[in-house]
Amino acid sequence: MRRIQLPIQQSDLLSLSAFDQVLLSGTLYVGRDQVHSRLFDLLERHEQLPLKLQGQAIYYMGPSPAPEGFSLGSCGPTTSARMDSFTPRLLDAGLRVMIGKGPRSVEVISSIIENRALYLQAYGGCGALYASKVKNVKTLAFAELGPEALLELEVEDFPVVVAIDSMGKSVFAR
Amino acid sequence: MTFSRKISEALQEAAVRLPSDVLFCIRQGREEEARYASDVASITSLAVFDAILQNLEIADKKTLPMCQDTGMFVVFVDLGRNCPLIPATIEKTINEGCLDAVKKAYFRHSVVSDPVFTRNNTQDNLPPIISWNLVDGEGLTIRVLLKGFGSENCSSVRMLNPTGGPEAVIEAVCDIVRLAGGKPCPPIFIGVGIGGTMERSAYLSKLALLRDARTVHPDPTYAKLEEDILTAVQALRIGGGGFGGRVTALHVAIEEEPTHIAGMPVSVSINCWADRKAEIVWEGEDA
Repeated sequence: MRRIQLPIQQSDLLSLSAFDQVLLSGTLYVGRDQVHSRLFDLLERHEQLPLKLQGQAIYYMGPSPAPEGFSLGSCGPTTSARMDSFTPRLLDAGLRVMIGKGPRSVEVISSIIENRALYLQAYGGCGALYASKVKNVKTLAFAELGPEALLELEVEDFPVVVAIDSMGKSVFAR
Repeated sequence: MTFSRKISEALQEAAVRLPSDVLFCIRQGREEEARYASDVASITSLAVFDAILQNLEIADKKTLPMCQDTGMFVVFVDLGRNCPLIPATIEKTINEGCLDAVKKAYFRHSVVSDPVFTRNNTQDNLPPIISWNLVDGEGLTIRVLLKGFGSENCSSVRMLNPTGGPEAVIEAVCDIVRLAGGKPCPPIFIGVGIGGTMERSAYLSKLALLRDARTVHPDPTYAKLEEDILTAVQALRIGGGGFGGRVTALHVAIEEEPTHIAGMPVSVSINCWADRKAEIVWEGEDA
């Protein structure tokens, strides 16, 4: 099991291959459907983003509410395919790591290869497990979206599997 | 305890802990995958089973929803024709029970009022989807699925040729599961509704998901079809997490009904491994 610090070093990113099991620690941004749509629009209009994408990792997730004494509720991955149409634009803008679940489109895989990026899969439905790996939560933007807001997380030993590596090798290819 | 309180408690429990039949299937699936864990696809799919079991332990210990998608309430009411409670009271009780569970168990607010334009969040996970079924007697039983949408988005209806036979059914289910791939959080539970009309088959596929997952269909020909579908689905090698393991599905259940001479509607409801369900029997409590 590899341990990787976020934001990811280029050397780490290039050394990871499909099927590698990895534990992530460091900073993760959280955004799903609506955040992607908004970031995409901001990029298209050449406006400033509420975060610096360069070299960063984004987690496709919308948490359940945090009970008292918890920083976040249940927080497993959501289906990545819904972000596919926005993803190449974000990768071109510097995003390097994506975490979600399920296969990606041909366009996303090409963009991953072009941009030397990485797609990681978190264990689907394992929201309580991931809640236990989150150390800190901050709402960065779009708070009005509720469970879809843009968050910044500090995580420790957050378990994922490399699903598409920087060479485009995919665990979903049959 | 009031009936609405009883409903609320069952739903809170359902979000955090899986029923014994579902747990049984997950553990059995893990054992089966472990027998093959020599190639990287099976090893990684096995890691999915281990993450699921670890997740369930943490959810149980911390009383956290096992998955952040606490789903939509899909409610099936079996109402006795001579039940003293009137439907308006039952409907109100169900709504109150759902609302109370959402607040107490920290369900995610996942329901929007308008599906196309505003998509405004209702902020309380209501309304539930309620189906009413009249039965003999004085009783009242409520069965609920907490239906997650990662898997629901992979569910589908096919209007098959009436002469297609079991082969056409198997092919249709496999096609739907193949298209779903790793998206619905496999290993999955598969509910198959056959017959009726288009919308009735979809309803039956949800009813099928409610059946005890340790059981087979009471009619041997349909039990055989369930088994054949399961075998065909496992051969797709989607596996846990879509990593290519041997165990793609944990159970297949069929519900069938009469249909028209010209057709064979087949619906497939896909549920993730977190097959969260509850059954609440009214035992004379106040609403």
